Amino acid sequence: MSENVTLTIDGKDITGEKGQTIMDAALANDIYIPHLCHHPDLAPYGSCRVCTCLVNGRPQTACTFPISDGMEVENDTDTVNEMRKQIVEMLFVEGNHYCMFCEKSGNCELQALAYRFGVTTPRYPYQFPKREVDASHPNVWIDRDRCVLCARCIRASKDVDGKHAFDFAGRGPNRHISVDAADGIEHTPVDADDKAVQVCPVGSLMLKRQGYKIPIGQRKYDHEPIGTDIETGASKKQ
Amino acid sequence: MSFGGPEVCHTKQERLTMSESLQSAIKEICEVVGNDRTQMMEIVEQVQDRFGCVSSEAMDLIAQQMNCHRVEVMSVVSFYSFLSEKPKGTVVIRLCNDVIDLMKGANHAADAFRDELGIEFGETTPDGKITLEWTPCIGMSDQAPAALINDEVVTYLGSDGARNIARQLKEGTAPSKLVGRLGDGNNANDLVKSMVHNNIRNAGPVVFAEGIVKGDGLKKALAMSPREVINDVKNSRLRGRGGAGFPTGMKWDFTRQADGDKKYIFCNADEGEPGTFKDRVILTEKPDLMFEGMTIGGYAIGADEGILYLRGEYAYLRAFLDDVLANRRDAGLLGKNICGKGFDFDIRIVMGAGAYICGEETALLSSAEGMRGDPKNRPPFPAQKGYRDCPTAVNNVETFCKVTRILEKGPGWFSEIGSEGSAGTKLLSISGDCHKPGVYEVPFGIKLREVMDLCGAEDVQAVQIGGPSGRLVGKDSMDDQICYDHLATGGSLMVFSRKRNLLKKVLNFMEFFEEESCGYCTPCRVGNVLLRKKIEAIVNGEGEPADLEYLQTLGETVKTCSRCGLGQTSPNPVLTSLESFRDVYEAALKPALKDGSQPEFDIRAALRPAEAIAGRASSHFAE
Repeated sequence: MSENVTLTIDGKDITGEKGQTIMDAALANDIYIPHLCHHPDLAPYGSCRVCTCLVNGRPQTACTFPISDGMEVENDTDTVNEMRKQIVEMLFVEGNHYCMFCEKSGNCELQALAYRFGVTTPRYPYQFPKREVDASHPNVWIDRDRCVLCARCIRASKDVDGKHAFDFAGRGPNRHISVDAADGIEHTPVDADDKAVQVCPVGSLMLKRQGYKIPIGQRKYDHEPIGTDIETGASKKQ
Repeated sequence: MSFGGPEVCHTKQERLTMSESLQSAIKEICEVVGNDRTQMMEIVEQVQDRFGCVSSEAMDLIAQQMNCHRVEVMSVVSFYSFLSEKPKGTVVIRLCNDVIDLMKGANHAADAFRDELGIEFGETTPDGKITLEWTPCIGMSDQAPAALINDEVVTYLGSDGARNIARQLKEGTAPSKLVGRLGDGNNANDLVKSMVHNNIRNAGPVVFAEGIVKGDGLKKALAMSPREVINDVKNSRLRGRGGAGFPTGMKWDFTRQADGDKKYIFCNADEGEPGTFKDRVILTEKPDLMFEGMTIGGYAIGADEGILYLRGEYAYLRAFLDDVLANRRDAGLLGKNICGKGFDFDIRIVMGAGAYICGEETALLSSAEGMRGDPKNRPPFPAQKGYRDCPTAVNNVETFCKVTRILEKGPGWFSEIGSEGSAGTKLLSISGDCHKPGVYEVPFGIKLREVMDLCGAEDVQAVQIGGPSGRLVGKDSMDDQICYDHLATGGSLMVFSRKRNLLKKVLNFMEFFEEESCGYCTPCRVGNVLLRKKIEAIVNGEGEPADLEYLQTLGETVKTCSRCGLGQTSPNPVLTSLESFRDVYEAALKPALKDGSQPEFDIRAALRPAEAIAGRASSHFAE
């Protein structure tokens, strides 16, 4: 028997189950909290900070914070969205994101978040980092230029695929995805149908020869902003 | 343990032999710790120590032996400054570049090292013998400039001293032979033998009191119930001395009440906040007081195991501290059936390897579990789910010392010292522009002005209170009290006189945070770089008025959205200096053009590299 918990998100009363995170309770109630590292099939991670809300006035990430009775969550407000917009802009300048040449364009969650938040150009200077591309695998490739360090591939490979083919190396601005082999992803047990390969929110861990299977114009975020399926309840009907 | 390494092999035969010896050494190192995955730090530190690096081959071998993934080993090795995949010299010179060391002339020592060794920082001599590196604060700001030569500490390092050391090392002198006259107190102990000085300038009534009898506090604690011990600690109004100031008794109560049979007590001796060195002095002179506090804590929360997490920079104290633990076991103050009261408890030491973030308690636990020092998500808090998912209390070195004294002398005695909201004494590490840098044990509530008088600081422009993560204050704050409610500090006080360029200090602090961020979360990983770059531009005379608003907004976002204490405080150098010294920023900004405009883009500067290549000035701007 699950225990009910009642809380408010932006003044609206909602009910969740004890032990749920704010994110899960919101999703179950058709409330969209912008997020990037969160994925419903993976353990919460809390790295991107895009889902930061004010919880009883204090900043917390919705994807990691458990709900409790009487909790007041501030989600879709100017103050909170402005901070999220800044975080999305930070991610843009940190990597090398050339949307116009990226085959993930239109299906990319980072790009879609930027559109939702009305980012026209980042307010911060581009960092133009030098990052490695690994295309050694016959079916899968990594372009670290586009990586947002969300750890979805790490979590999926470890917890779902049971392979632990990826992990972080380095720290600070040098933090990056490393593979479980000295000389490239081809020497790891990664397969094209791994969960790890399916969950990348950006164009960083990609299947080869799939880039333009869905034409531009018919992609997930080409017509509606990210989160619309959640707000309209469409994501649950699928 | 040493973080240097042997010579690099060159011939094929040597490489083969090394490969075999690497394999057998790794097997042995792993077996000594029972192939326990959580002992990964110990394993990689030993491999680094013996082979000068944790090579790609070594990572494969460790993974094989430990039945884990190579990438897990890689993720640990690549995280810590003292570990490396690429070979380092037999001797690694790590010259400290925190603000105090630079103020005291670290650059002169740096030039001497460069000149004498013929290499730049980050490089190794061609013979593979000596590596030269910068390192952030090594806890010697009271005797700066200082450097680590493998594990040995050299202090008051001038240009001649550095040159002399480099020459001796080139001739093959062992680092331990470089130590000149030994320091005072236990620094001269056979197991320490360091030239470090304690510089205890003000011995207060709690930690540095005379005549404290080993075991008195513990015996009194064991005569009480754990609940009564916690009540004493609560009644003493003791709050954590590491900086955050959480009430110790309450933390212990949470940990005691948390579900779980197995519980742990941790001592955080990862003193990494630049300008802090008071824990170094406790570890050297009062280790019994600290270990006894851990034992009392273990009894109070129901733990049978305690771990001292010691920063890699203090490796020179490791053998001495192990000996103190052995003596306590012999005296029946540690081990089975302590003081004949049926309480079993023991303490072991886990070494850090150069990562400031590991002073954050959940990062410290990650590191002690043999992982990279990424902080953990909260909740759950360590009191519920900490080390190996068991309830864990993590306290500061100084806090444990206070506990021992509270149990010995009573909570009332302690709570009468200090101010209303901040009971007891505080150890301050004072460095910078003052005549008497060192450790001061003062009652909470003391005014900043009194502290400046004590340490002989004249012509004070600013004081950095609580290290870079604290606040930069000016003369307006001289009558404020040092306590949790006003000028809060984990112990670091850096004094800057009027001749100092404050913006350069802010820049140094931001470089530090950029380097030490674990990179887990976006605002800290990216935001600190952006803050540093903007401060750098202002220092270089490229700042615009709009930059101050940019810094303010960006700094606040990093503070608000970061995941742990590092990012939640890293913008403080910028934000607090903007508050206290806005005029300094304004004076450094680029003057407006004649028409009053402020172009953000300097086309002349942008064209300069192209003009240099072309060998002529752009014709558009020809005079």
